[in-house]
Amino acid sequence: MATRTIAGKTVQVNDEGFMTNPAEWTKEIAVELAKEEGIEELTEQHWKVIDFCRQAGMSSGKAPTLRQITTGTGLSTKELFALFPKGPAKKVARISGLGKPEGCV
Amino acid sequence: MAEETRKIAFICSKGNLDMAYPALVMGWAALGNGIDVTIFFTFWGMDLINKHRVDHLEIPPVANTSMKMNMMGVPGYLGIPNLVGVLPGMTAFATKLMKDKMKEMGVPTVREYLEMLVDAGAKLYACKMSVDMMGLKKEDFIDGVIDIVTAGDFMDMTEGAQIIFI
Repeated sequence: MATRTIAGKTVQVNDEGFMTNPAEWTKEIAVELAKEEGIEELTEQHWKVIDFCRQAGMSSGKAPTLRQITTGTGLSTKELFALFPKGPAKKVARISGLGKPEGCV
Repeated sequence: MAEETRKIAFICSKGNLDMAYPALVMGWAALGNGIDVTIFFTFWGMDLINKHRVDHLEIPPVANTSMKMNMMGVPGYLGIPNLVGVLPGMTAFATKLMKDKMKEMGVPTVREYLEMLVDAGAKLYACKMSVDMMGLKKEDFIDGVIDIVTAGDFMDMTEGAQIIFI
């Protein structure tokens, strides 16, 4: 297992750059990872999604599916895709320090 | 950094309930992973975007050798005999069974799935020849169907895409 330093903290990551230990995640790390994903600034709505994912995925280490996110946060599909353009499923998981979602919907 | 976006195009040619889902599930997964999605509906697949038909897709139990009664809680892998399958109401019964199962699993209906796909940026097109053959008009389609196009148009718009025929 590889490690890398993000926002001054050394964390474990897999080959695809996803963190493998959700407990190592911090908000500062999320800000850095978001920048890597092309999101310069995390707004309140971004945090709403990230917070939801953290809560939903903390025990399993896997991010919720997009539908679980829209249902859980009350955001629409359009809004979610606008917040995390070009692949929200992967981006949200990576920024939240979780693995890719396990479900299909 | 200017990586080219991967593109996938689905051709939906079937209108049975079970055959509606593959493109929806894979298309949704593709969009979630940042892949560009185009869906071309043709022949019986027109039912998926026909607003009068989309909520009434069915699955017939006749000549369906993989549909076993364990879905209804009958143990083992007993099939539904074709002779029973032809009885009135059997298609409706099998359809209800599948829809209930999907609902239980939290799978959206076909109409809702298509809405999600459109909201996420999928581009939907209807086949010109099927539209002419079935006497359909743009008003018959659900929101989100961009246009009625020819097979040639489809080829032009899917250059460089991976194409999946269903």
